Amino acid sequence: MSGNMNITLKVWRQKNTSDKGRFETYQVPGVSPDMSFLEMFDVLNERLVAEGKEVPIAFDHDCREGICGMCSLFINGRPHGPNDGVTTCQLHMRSFKDGDVIVVEPWRAAAFPVIKDLAVDRSSFDRIMSAGGFISVNTGNAQDANNLPIGKEIADEAFEAATCIGCGACVAACKNSSAMLFVGAKVSQFALLPQGQPERKQRALAMVNQMDAEGFGACTNTGACSAECPKEIPLTVIARLNREYLGAEFCGK
Amino acid sequence: MNWLIKTLNSSIGQKVIMSLTGLFLCSFLIIHMIGNLQLFHDDYGLAFNKYAAFMTTNPLIKVVSYLLYASILFHAIKGLHLVYKNNQARPVKYAVNNGKANSHWSSRNMGILGTMLLVFIAVHMSDFWYEYKFGDVPHTQYAVSLETGEIMTDTIPAGMKLHNKIEDVIANGKHIYVVKDLYKEVSVGFKEWPLVLLYVLSMFALSFHLYHGFSSAFQSLGINHSKYSGLIRFIGLWFFSIIIPLAFAAMPVYFFIS
Ligand code: SF4
Ligand code: FES
Repeated sequence: MSGNMNITLKVWRQKNTSDKGRFETYQVPGVSPDMSFLEMFDVLNERLVAEGKEVPIAFDHDCREGICGMCSLFINGRPHGPNDGVTTCQLHMRSFKDGDVIVVEPWRAAAFPVIKDLAVDRSSFDRIMSAGGFISVNTGNAQDANNLPIGKEIADEAFEAATCIGCGACVAACKNSSAMLFVGAKVSQFALLPQGQPERKQRALAMVNQMDAEGFGACTNTGACSAECPKEIPLTVIARLNREYLGAEFCGK
Repeated sequence: MNWLIKTLNSSIGQKVIMSLTGLFLCSFLIIHMIGNLQLFHDDYGLAFNKYAAFMTTNPLIKVVSYLLYASILFHAIKGLHLVYKNNQARPVKYAVNNGKANSHWSSRNMGILGTMLLVFIAVHMSDFWYEYKFGDVPHTQYAVSLETGEIMTDTIPAGMKLHNKIEDVIANGKHIYVVKDLYKEVSVGFKEWPLVLLYVLSMFALSFHLYHGFSSAFQSLGINHSKYSGLIRFIGLWFFSIIIPLAFAAMPVYFFIS
């Protein structure tokens, strides 16, 4: 088809967590500009399966519509590729040019070990969530929503924080592999709303402790996380996380 | 006390330490700059030498200065430790990393900039601070005419007992000061181009360090709000990363060319 592109991919291949890993180069001819980045990988993988010489490339994906947070990939030096505010599944090949060489690496962080090829283990995020990223709800009827008046601005701010899909691009982008944007978003969405108040202090402490225990680095406010976040979570959530944590440590029990 | 140690050792606690010591150093820079502007007075260094004597003898300032040395050390050691630890959080590096697409260069190189400043501080303090306190900086006598305000320098009368204080007497219609002549050390020292170059380059490092550091310190303390963050960034850019380094860099350059 006219308008199709020939792409050269340099892909990180790694058999398992303990394998050292290396780059492999693949030519992918006839890529449609309307394909998503992941669809290009599907095409390549089908070919690898048909050829039978190599196992297909492992990469994470699920919804493919930018809402689940499962896809990843560090593309030409940036998480989720060159465009702002989109996940890799929403990145289209029209963002590249015919003849481009694209380097694809997994998220790299001690807390995100590579499982295979481009797929990393992000269960450290799950452990941070189970440490405190929840509210305890007793059973029984839900109370009338109007009993809990919440100002529009607060609701919007909480919602903005809650749009974090837990993809880990913030960690991948950060030179310190810090998870503070993610944790800040999760702490913010609860700290701003009445339902989050009972466990507010405990939550901030538990989530930060778990974050540190997982081996994420310490934030130095470079702002790379927010710039690369597909949901454009602002740095103010990290400032709030600092306040919540320090408040809980200095004023809590 | 346990909780305090734990808090300060947490990732957020470390930011707070860097932030508070950093802001304290920023406040010192303001004082240091204003004081050093006396170098530009056309008075054979009288104002500057009086200021230097005051800064080294006033008991309150002495206490604050020990706090300052401790802060410099703490900020540097903690900072280097953080660079090391954060480096460990990513054992395998990216082959391609386009950092400039998402963050400012200075924010990614605070460790390097800080190390440059540490080296600078060591050279700077051994050249002037150490010399002034422990070396043999000669004394100079100034005579200021009470009538005309005219300033004259004089050699020290033989046999006069000298110590690190301002001798301040009025005699024969003249105000006589005897002080250690740090001004001379400065004006002679800055005739050497390698030293001037080091100072000017270091002020570039200072500029970039503070461009990120000043506003970052507030973010670390949880202070980030659309109402005042613009002002913090404005002060960080114009005052701390332009005016202060420029004023400091002007001093060696002034003595070099004058
Ligand atoms: S904060 Fe943004 S980049 Fe980080 S996990 Fe959430 S959505 Fe992904
Ligand atoms: S696959 Fe679900 S966000 Fe990309």
